[in-house]
Amino acid sequence: MSDQPEEYRPDPLTPVLTRRWLLPESWTLRHYTELGGYSALDTALATDPADLVTLVKDSGLRGRGGAGFPTGMKWSFIPQPKPGEEPTEATKDAPQFKPKYLVVNADEGEPGTCKDTPLMMADPHSLIEGCIITSWAIRANFCAIYIRGEIVHAIRRLHYAVKEAYEAGHLGQDIHGTGFDLDIVVHAGAGAYICGEETALLDSLEGRRGQPRLKPPFPATAGLYAAPTVVNNVETIATVPSIVAGGKEWFRTMGRERSPGPKIYSLSGHVERPGQYEAPLGTTLRELLEMAGGMKDGIPLKFWTPGGSSTPLFTDEHLDVPLDFEGAAEAGSMLGTTALMIFNETVSVPWAVMKWTEFYEHESCGKCTPCREGNYWLAGILQRMNAGQGTEEDIDTLLDVCSNVLGRSFCALGDGAVSPITSGIKYFRQEFLDLCSQQQSPAPERVLAGAH
Amino acid sequence: MTQAPEQEAPPVPEGHVRLTIDGETVDAPKGEILIRTCERLGIVVPRFCDHPLLEPAGACRQCLVEVEMGGRPMPKPQASCTMTVADGMVVKTQRTSAVADKAQQGVMELLLINHPLDCPICDKGGECPLQNQAMSSGRAESRFHEHKRTFEKPLAISDEVLLDRERCVLCQRCTRFSEQIAGDPFIELLERGAHQQIGTEETAWGDGEDFQSYFSGNTIQICPVGALTSASYRFRSRPFDLVSTPGKCEHCASGCSTRRDWRRGGVTRVLAGEDPNVNEEWLCDKGRFAFRYPTSVQRVLQPMVREDGVLTPVSWVEALERAATLLASARDGGGAPRVDDEGTELGPKRGVGVLPGGRLTIEDAYAYGKFARLALRTNDVDHRARAHSDEELDFLAGHAAGVAPTHVSFAHLEAARTVLCVAFEPEEEAAIVFLRLRKAARHGTRVVHLSSWTTPAVVKTGGHLVRVAPGDEPAALADLPDDLAAALAEPGAVVLVGERAAEVPGLLTAVSDLGARTGARIAWVPRRAGERGGVDAGTLPTLLPGSRTVTDADHREAVAEVWGVPTLPETPGRDLTAMLTAARDGELAGLVLGGVELRDLPDPELARAALAEADVVISLEQVLSEVSEHADVVLPVAPAVNRSGTYRNWEGRDRPFGTTIDPGQGGSGRVGGTAAVTLPDCRVLDSLAVEMDVDLFTQTPQAAAAELAELGAVAVTPSTPATRPAAPHADDPSRTPDVGEAPLARPVRLATWRQLIDGGALLAEEHDLPGTARPVRLRAAVGTAERLGLVPGQTARIADALDLVVEIADLPEDVVWAPSHVPVAGGVVTLAGLGLRHGDLVEVTGSTVGNGGEQ
Repeated sequence: MSDQPEEYRPDPLTPVLTRRWLLPESWTLRHYTELGGYSALDTALATDPADLVTLVKDSGLRGRGGAGFPTGMKWSFIPQPKPGEEPTEATKDAPQFKPKYLVVNADEGEPGTCKDTPLMMADPHSLIEGCIITSWAIRANFCAIYIRGEIVHAIRRLHYAVKEAYEAGHLGQDIHGTGFDLDIVVHAGAGAYICGEETALLDSLEGRRGQPRLKPPFPATAGLYAAPTVVNNVETIATVPSIVAGGKEWFRTMGRERSPGPKIYSLSGHVERPGQYEAPLGTTLRELLEMAGGMKDGIPLKFWTPGGSSTPLFTDEHLDVPLDFEGAAEAGSMLGTTALMIFNETVSVPWAVMKWTEFYEHESCGKCTPCREGNYWLAGILQRMNAGQGTEEDIDTLLDVCSNVLGRSFCALGDGAVSPITSGIKYFRQEFLDLCSQQQSPAPERVLAGAH
Repeated sequence: MTQAPEQEAPPVPEGHVRLTIDGETVDAPKGEILIRTCERLGIVVPRFCDHPLLEPAGACRQCLVEVEMGGRPMPKPQASCTMTVADGMVVKTQRTSAVADKAQQGVMELLLINHPLDCPICDKGGECPLQNQAMSSGRAESRFHEHKRTFEKPLAISDEVLLDRERCVLCQRCTRFSEQIAGDPFIELLERGAHQQIGTEETAWGDGEDFQSYFSGNTIQICPVGALTSASYRFRSRPFDLVSTPGKCEHCASGCSTRRDWRRGGVTRVLAGEDPNVNEEWLCDKGRFAFRYPTSVQRVLQPMVREDGVLTPVSWVEALERAATLLASARDGGGAPRVDDEGTELGPKRGVGVLPGGRLTIEDAYAYGKFARLALRTNDVDHRARAHSDEELDFLAGHAAGVAPTHVSFAHLEAARTVLCVAFEPEEEAAIVFLRLRKAARHGTRVVHLSSWTTPAVVKTGGHLVRVAPGDEPAALADLPDDLAAALAEPGAVVLVGERAAEVPGLLTAVSDLGARTGARIAWVPRRAGERGGVDAGTLPTLLPGSRTVTDADHREAVAEVWGVPTLPETPGRDLTAMLTAARDGELAGLVLGGVELRDLPDPELARAALAEADVVISLEQVLSEVSEHADVVLPVAPAVNRSGTYRNWEGRDRPFGTTIDPGQGGSGRVGGTAAVTLPDCRVLDSLAVEMDVDLFTQTPQAAAAELAELGAVAVTPSTPATRPAAPHADDPSRTPDVGEAPLARPVRLATWRQLIDGGALLAEEHDLPGTARPVRLRAAVGTAERLGLVPGQTARIADALDLVVEIADLPEDVVWAPSHVPVAGGVVTLAGLGLRHGDLVEVTGSTVGNGGEQ
């Protein structure tokens, strides 16, 4: 059990985003409205957009896609004309006079992550209401939801919900008589992990090959179609209506000072009741395991990821690490997408690391050398190692190649890709050594076919 | 920019920032990319994707350096090819930072794991940035024990460009060049991760478009590894076995700098030379790949005279004596008297005309002009082996002769806010001008084309078209849209007019008027390399060297004085068509031709008749041609690679070049070791003149150039000609095609121009280049095609003689477009040869309906 002081103990569950999920036909407009849906919208539309930005800024909401960037601050980066400012010949092409766009990143692809998909399945209108409020706040009249192409059922639900919202007058021209126009387009991706990277997503949305863009310019000034664009995660946007309805003080009653609010933790792997658990930020794995009924069949925990495979592994030493942005970082990992993949003692770390690395090798977009070639090499070494042909030298090579990829690649994919390897070796080096020494007798045939 | 630390630091110049690189303080202009600043300090940061003329990509990660901003080190090494300089930045490259050095070593190791390391058999070996940087930034021992990724190779992404995907480091220089510079994004990245590769629609799907670009060869040159190789150079030689000689391209009037790599008497490849004022670092595929004609089997290597109707090799002395005797006799009317049909005696044929062609250096042109005036005592000289007019002569005197690059240059195109192209299809007729227009358009210049359809060049330079039917161009210029006319009145606006303008009566006058009305600067852009030099050196019937006019007594006197003769012929000479007509009609006794292709002439039949009828035909040629069949004496002249000289490009910029391969240096006249000394035209003409007791003093290009310089040029302010020439062909009934008694069943107007790669004479012996030519198409608008029964993708017959595949384009109604030259098996069919030219009425029939088919 936790030995944290009592005042840090959060409530075990805080259903905000998930509170409608288990109700019958929760995805329909009727049920959403009956439960108070779209009432925050009227409040928002009666509020000055700049005040909405301030509200979200003061609420402390941070991006739920993994990086934890303060949402209100991101919105405030969108250049807006000063009061009374009209475009002149010199400034007509300036960013403040271009159209603004909201793009929702629903390309949920991080291994282990399963929070946006069920949200869009069970409660798509909370996302749509969030989109409308956010678009109003950043003065956008067009919003695109870039959704992962594989989750066809969720795409259908979302399409249906958008249609319902149009029919109900929440979308389209002159929304709720305020003169505000907004169109939402649901755009399905084509199955590339890299398109979850926001600039690759924008390129893909524009119909180009999905590869990350050079920054600067940042999307806030030159995003979709080179116009100012906010790119936010589904969970982030879906949280916005509750902040508008509940206020920033209510929001800050959950979570911790620098990471307030609720968060959907997705537990998968060797637990009794895997699934989504919405709890305040700062909840520990120990508490989450309690809610999830403990480790499956009582087999002890060996290692776990706090936020998907791109975040360095944790072990049973880290059961009481508060899972918020600061807590995870201080313990040497990242909060990521709060995708907790939980592995018991039956799982080989080198094997798991190999499977993850194969994923990154497959999903590397190929743009930059370190990620493209590094993952090819790392996967090759790990495959050879797991096939019993590794040597101790390979462990050093793995770590050195990781150091040549980490921080050298074009985008964060390369950084994330080496996380499982470096953290796996950090905590379970002996397991890698055993794998090599066990099978080194007789000495494995060295594969030199491609030596240079 | 560096300074000693103890000195008082001077203030940072306006628009600059001050930063430190490897301990050295440097001021850099705001916005400069870090890697350039390093270059200026002499610090070489290894790189692959970076190219100064392409937008930054940051893809290869080879140029990582450590950066400190505001006293705080950035957590990750930064790509110096994408990071811009900032005030107070502290940069540590691999020279002073272990982190940067390790990062670069790491990236290099990663680049090499999947590279085949086949340097010993790679074309790029010896000049390869990957090879060089692997030496400077790579590790000696490999740690890679896995299997390398393999691909099938080579992959022909076009007839000229072959791709080896295993060697590729995916720097994207080629794809970025194609998209950004050429505007032909036919190559793109395919697949992802380690399977990412360059490909085309064809390589991706097994069917589709390949790399269709007139500039594809540049990708081979900028490829930093041996991934893109040239079909014509692949496995031919090692770069260190070649001699590299700078040259100037002889293929068009742009005058690009080139580098010719050669050995054993033959050029092995041509690369673009760096010349920021002209071609930057680019070259079109014609300039790059058409270099084998000097080693063609048709090459003339010995003088020949006609004996008993057969051309027979003889010595230079004998050939020159024979030619001199024949020319003197023809000049003086030494032949038999003629008798007309009624038996009246008319006196002998008299006089010799000179047709030097449009490919000469300015020195050669000078020699031809002087030879005509002194040895042949006539102004009958015209280098325009193409459609021409008297109106054009006036235009050239007013707008081309003596005009310097300070008037309009490549840089002016880039700086202009508006450029109007008239009778000029830049991509086909001056490809490097097109690249600069595209660059300008990408940076905000409005490039407008007065043309008949939205050609690829129109699309790639911003899509501004003033659509006009052939023949209506003058009226369109007189009545331009208001906003365009206003834009042309702004400072810096340029009107580019092509040589084709001479085909449309009144068009050049309309261009002059437009210039006078708006103040826009006018520049004439001919196709051939020698056209502009000919105007300045005096190979036009009305112009003497240095933009002097034949009719001006002072001008004649000035030239006569330098030439050391009492007088020069006063009467303006005949133009090409007039000379050929006179020869055909038995008035002109002789013709001297310099590398003229009869099929290029406005009326090839007239030319053939004239050569058959002329008593004396002397031909100065590099390769045997149709002219040789009529020649009494053939004098071999040296191709550009075997001589020195100067082209004057369309800007008026001199483009001097030295001898690439000196045939006098033993056994290098042609591949196979046959020693052959061919001479520059100016030298041949000088010797010929001596045989006629005249001294030209053009023994060498240097001597000719020196005398031309001594003559100088009279000051010319480009202006509207004072006198308006009568439109020479306006309403000329003879221009209506002769189709017998019956009127044309479906008369449409013909628009035409030449394509860049169309079987021209200098493309001889090139087997891969024609594969990259644009397909020959007959184009018509939807309505016109329907009316004529033309079906897209099927053939149509033009003038009952030539079958072309139909394509729909946005031409005006009742207009069709076809290329002027159509390569066919064993030769070229020209529209001029069919009696057709721009603006003519022509009959076109679809393949599905006959002449009397349903409408």
